[in-house]
Amino acid sequence: MSEYKVTQSKAPVFFEYFDRKDENRHQTHYCPGCGHGVAHKLIAEALGDLGVQEDTIVVSPVGCSVFAYYYFNTGNVQAAHGRAPAVATALKRSNPKATVISYQGDGDLAAIGTAEIVHAANRGENITVFFVNNSIYGMTGGQMAPTTLVGQESTTSPWGRRPNNEGFPIKMSEMLATLEAPAYIERVALSDAKHILQARKAVHKALELQKQGAGFTMVEILSPCPTILKMEPVVARQWVHDVLTKHFPLGVFRDHKPEFTPVDVPQKPIAELLGITGSKLTEEEKHSRRQHTRAKTIKVAGFGGQGVLLLGQLIAEMGMREHMEVSWLPSYGPEMRSGSANCSVTLSHERIGAPVITRPEVLVAMNEPSLRKFGATVKTGGVILYNGRALPEDLHYEGVSVACIPASEIADQIGSARVANVIMLGALLEATDCLPFTTASHVLANFVKNQKLAEMNEKALAAGRDFLDKEILVGAVAGPDGCGE
Amino acid sequence: MAKGKVVVNQDECKGCGLCVESCPQKGMALREELNHYGVHPAQQVEDVCTGCGICYYVCPEPGAIVVYKVVAEAPRSEVLNAATV
Amino acid sequence: MRQLCKGNVAIVKAAIMAGCRTYYGYPITPASEIAEYAALLIPQAGGTFVQAESEVSAINMVYGAASAGERVMTGSSGPGISLMQEGISYLASAELPCVIADIMRSGPGLGNISPEQSDYFAMTKGGGHGCYRNIVLAPSSVQEMASLTMLAFELADKYRNPAVLLADGFVGQMMEPLELEMIEPVIPEKPWAVKGTKETRQNLISSIHLTNDMMEEHIRKLEKKYIAIEAAECRWETYRAEDAEVLLVGYGIISRVLRSTVDLARQHGVKAGLFRPISLWPFPSKALAAAAKNVQKLMVVELSTGQMVEDVRLAVNGQKPVEFYGRMGGNVPSAEECQAELFARMEVLV
Repeated sequence: MSEYKVTQSKAPVFFEYFDRKDENRHQTHYCPGCGHGVAHKLIAEALGDLGVQEDTIVVSPVGCSVFAYYYFNTGNVQAAHGRAPAVATALKRSNPKATVISYQGDGDLAAIGTAEIVHAANRGENITVFFVNNSIYGMTGGQMAPTTLVGQESTTSPWGRRPNNEGFPIKMSEMLATLEAPAYIERVALSDAKHILQARKAVHKALELQKQGAGFTMVEILSPCPTILKMEPVVARQWVHDVLTKHFPLGVFRDHKPEFTPVDVPQKPIAELLGITGSKLTEEEKHSRRQHTRAKTIKVAGFGGQGVLLLGQLIAEMGMREHMEVSWLPSYGPEMRSGSANCSVTLSHERIGAPVITRPEVLVAMNEPSLRKFGATVKTGGVILYNGRALPEDLHYEGVSVACIPASEIADQIGSARVANVIMLGALLEATDCLPFTTASHVLANFVKNQKLAEMNEKALAAGRDFLDKEILVGAVAGPDGCGE
Repeated sequence: MAKGKVVVNQDECKGCGLCVESCPQKGMALREELNHYGVHPAQQVEDVCTGCGICYYVCPEPGAIVVYKVVAEAPRSEVLNAATV
Repeated sequence: MRQLCKGNVAIVKAAIMAGCRTYYGYPITPASEIAEYAALLIPQAGGTFVQAESEVSAINMVYGAASAGERVMTGSSGPGISLMQEGISYLASAELPCVIADIMRSGPGLGNISPEQSDYFAMTKGGGHGCYRNIVLAPSSVQEMASLTMLAFELADKYRNPAVLLADGFVGQMMEPLELEMIEPVIPEKPWAVKGTKETRQNLISSIHLTNDMMEEHIRKLEKKYIAIEAAECRWETYRAEDAEVLLVGYGIISRVLRSTVDLARQHGVKAGLFRPISLWPFPSKALAAAAKNVQKLMVVELSTGQMVEDVRLAVNGQKPVEFYGRMGGNVPSAEECQAELFARMEVLV
């Protein structure tokens, strides 16, 4: 005697009762004849068939399917309007073994979330997007969708969609298929039994491809919205078949894995990666080192490309190695883009207050405009080191020492204009005695890996020192206690 | 005894009629009476069911329709392919 | 050993030290080094860096990674932060921990890339929709960029709440010695996370509460958490405030300027002190009220037209006069300038 056996029933991927729903926990919140329910069933069945229910995360959108988490007994994350592909991107990257689904409607995916879907597709995120296109906004009550057809009425296109005002319906599958990365894009329709079963295959295939790690997959599902279209469910479904599929042709728009060679990033131990070396010095050790140093506030200014910011960094690095308190502050504002650059360096024996220096004790002016701009700000008793043979005739500074060093010319003789800043460093150390020359050599050696340039730097450092040694600082006596204190 | 039968959960059904329209054997109909929620739920009315499963797939409710078949359980895809040609 | 480090770079290094292996962001001056160094360093530590298509996407990627239980962060500046506000509101409502660095520049609009402190309202009062709070920490040095980043991750996880590192362009761009020590980060269990596993299958991350009563209950729950944070997580420091007759109040880079102003003012015979809020939300109102108890006047200095000053006024509740001095557009006052402004506002005292 034969017996009846169940062949189709509620997929186990669905909750038995929809307890997250406030009422009617045995049925969905979707309207009679709505395509979402069918799409949900196809997805639930495929997840069960692929055996991935436990690994699955469904990202719900904003729109009628905002409550997809009522139904899918999987991990669930509810996302902001249009952002599901971005949320899914991170969920997948954090959980590479998970099956991640971004379930979205037409307003969500093709209007407010256009950027998110395009770029998730373009990155080839290994997620599956189910894009339910019913040509209208459902949850908010029938406003125009990006996929609303020309002439189709909605509450926000009351004269029908007019191309002269609203443009044309956007074909997302075709558009995304122009990208390099997507692995699979198909448009299907829930228009009749035959097409629903085709959709079933597409849904299964997309999820299977994700499981295989193929990359970005999307199934666009043309779907009936009887309530908003004000049609009987059967008529709405027929409308999808007769009208919607004419404007959105069904078919496979992409079905191949993108070809590329993955580039792996070398791994490093954390300490090495973060530059954590050596051990802390005691306060006494710090103090003994600091005795060979002098506190200074220094402004370095010039054209971009003269190594202005780097010179400041070298000084700060040296100060730090001598266990001073240091700060380096660049002018990163509009000047950075207009060809001039300056930075402030504070060398101190105490906790540094403001790193902004308005009245420096030392100015290194790499060009005339910088001298004109900052020369007058130098504190009484301070030092101006100017890259030039002599001060411009109209400039005079009272109460500060001035040294003119033709650093660019000397740099040229050494072999590269690039070392002019190091010549100024040599001069600065000689003029202020703020830091030992040996430290400068060590720091320079660390900064520069190129052997030839390293040799030129050494020459430049010495040249700056020697030049200043022979020069007499205008207005003050050079030497260990020469200025700035 | 027909090859299959369909049982519609009378409370879950929203009376959209898609199963009625889709049944190849014309074996489904909406009931005259209203259910608890004020809709005419679907039910199998003719003993002509082949167990093809189409009503299940066109139904938007996850568990409103259960399809039974007398044959030894065949892989679902085969059944469907046979049913949809 | 100390390393000379940019403030923005210190954030990334500290994040890695705190166990953050996930960064999603979009470049913007003066915060770009955060994204650049995250791109350079985090993958080498086995983590994920993605440059998103916009700040909108970046913050929603943060939402996704936080949903998965990751220690995750992003960084931006004014215009980008404005775009992120939607996502921050969702993160707060869904109670997802994350760290957001805002390296403030001048606004409104495109403004310019110079430092300001004009995102105070946006970050401490909730720049997005709904009743929510971010934990907001304000570093004033490169070392604090690191230490407060680590604290931000800790607090974010502890309270399941977004934590913001609110620094200005100067602190982001400046270089100072940074001392990092190897630590093993303690990352709490996150049984609520959605990880695509059997154990986490029942979990739901959501910010929607459909019925009025459920929504109100959720907001009350958040409110209760915020009250707990206010009670436990106020941070501040003072400088020569004990005997002060005038109290200067400033955060971030300005707190360092004012520290020098305090010394200058005292050299001129005015007993000035400094109160520096480190947590901007929760704002250390009680501590400030206590520090202001014996002063004659307070003066708040900000790189804005006056945002934090409102919280200072609430804290002293009309008991003391509160003066304000602000600079904008990238102009940062010197210690001398602040001293002059202070003296101009307290002729009676001098």
